[in-house]
Amino acid sequence: MTWVTKTLNSTLGRKLIMALTGLFLILFLTGHVSGNMLLFKGDGGQAFNMYAKFMTTNPAVKLLSYLTYISVLGHIIYSIALSQHNKSARPVPYSTSNGSSNSAWSSRNMGVLGTIILIFLVVHLQGFWAQMHWGEVPMITYEGEEYKNLFLIVSEAFKQEWLVALYVLSMIFLGFHLSHGFTSAFQTLGINHKKYSPAIKAIGTAYSILVPALFASMPVYIYFSSY
Amino acid sequence: MKLTLKIWRQKNTADKGGFVTYVADHVSKDMSFLEMLDVLNDQLTERGEDPVHFDHDCREGICGMCSLYINGKPHGPLQTTTCQLHMRSFSDGETITIEPWRAKAFPVVKDLVVNRSAFDRIIQAGGYVSVNTGGVPDANEIPISKTIADLAMDAAQCIGCGACVAACKNASAMLFTSAKISQLALLPQGQVERKSRAENMVAQMDEEGFGACTNTGACEAECPKGISITNIARMNREYFSAVVSSDNM
Repeated sequence: MTWVTKTLNSTLGRKLIMALTGLFLILFLTGHVSGNMLLFKGDGGQAFNMYAKFMTTNPAVKLLSYLTYISVLGHIIYSIALSQHNKSARPVPYSTSNGSSNSAWSSRNMGVLGTIILIFLVVHLQGFWAQMHWGEVPMITYEGEEYKNLFLIVSEAFKQEWLVALYVLSMIFLGFHLSHGFTSAFQTLGINHKKYSPAIKAIGTAYSILVPALFASMPVYIYFSSY
Repeated sequence: MKLTLKIWRQKNTADKGGFVTYVADHVSKDMSFLEMLDVLNDQLTERGEDPVHFDHDCREGICGMCSLYINGKPHGPLQTTTCQLHMRSFSDGETITIEPWRAKAFPVVKDLVVNRSAFDRIIQAGGYVSVNTGGVPDANEIPISKTIADLAMDAAQCIGCGACVAACKNASAMLFTSAKISQLALLPQGQVERKSRAENMVAQMDEEGFGACTNTGACEAECPKGISITNIARMNREYFSAVVSSDNM
């Protein structure tokens, strides 16, 4: 074993991977939510469709998307490895445990929250991402150029109450996951300092409310604007 | 006070163990928790039963020997050691559940006594400094700023009781290990072994089978000495900077 694999196999190394992939996914979410704000433009989806084409064809974006896939996979694989390791560290459980007195619920249930988000992710990717890449998406022409009309797929999908409900609910879980994950990643990277930690905590709280709320507002907006 | 005690009884490490319920009559609210158990043990001995085994030593809150997971919390409801916990923290007629620390790295020896030698081995892996032989050096020979001295002293307050491991949902020993790494990494005397200390103590901690950190902060909230998780962040910095720059392959 070289020093690199030894380090990455240590509990601290595994946590480092969780933190780095988690922070990259936070960056991804920021980009994703910003771009999707185009859904609110009210131009029949032109800006959104043009943006969707850019996101699936631009080489730099392609590179970022591969990094995102790797981060998602790494985050999942290492979380499973860490969870199993952590479970094995306490083979006999306590009969009575008062966890709520010393820690936040979300911090103790990151695995559960992450699993729910993963299930959502499968539904989400199957519904839009896979459609955009390999599905049969009707074409639309703007200024002489052809675009896939992803906006149509999105607007049709969010006419279904159950899907809107699933999205809103999943974003609540995402919010709880982020509320711990954001600050926790910095702690794992060793950034815990009286100069920065209050700001990290405040930004983390704001982020974990704002971003899921914006995401959740999209299906809700589309659902109600379809009437 | 009259209390119902649900106490974990286990003959030895191999035994499966289980809870046994006892009734403690005539408990004074001024008794410490350990004194309450002493009285119970006197009664058990008089009846010819095996007394409940539990760890204790100084009973002044400074040695780190006492343990006990009381009503779902290490050292009971207060942020103190069990020996400094008094029965006035409980109410008359209450049922108190008493369990040993639960961790793979802390095997139960008997009843509520666990083997915490894993902590000793972590210390042996790097929790020391090189010292020169010869005459006693003068006090204050090495200048250390007040801020650094305070931080080092805060970390050095760790008494190694293991409440952090007991409180952690992952039975992680990061708070203990980080306090021991920090107290030496902060001081000039600790610089000689600084890198190998971080590498070796973390490696030993992993080898003992403690869990990883989820940054829940439960350890910090339950630590009787108020050790902060800023030490865990420092340990992460120490460890990562050591592995990328040390000569150990």
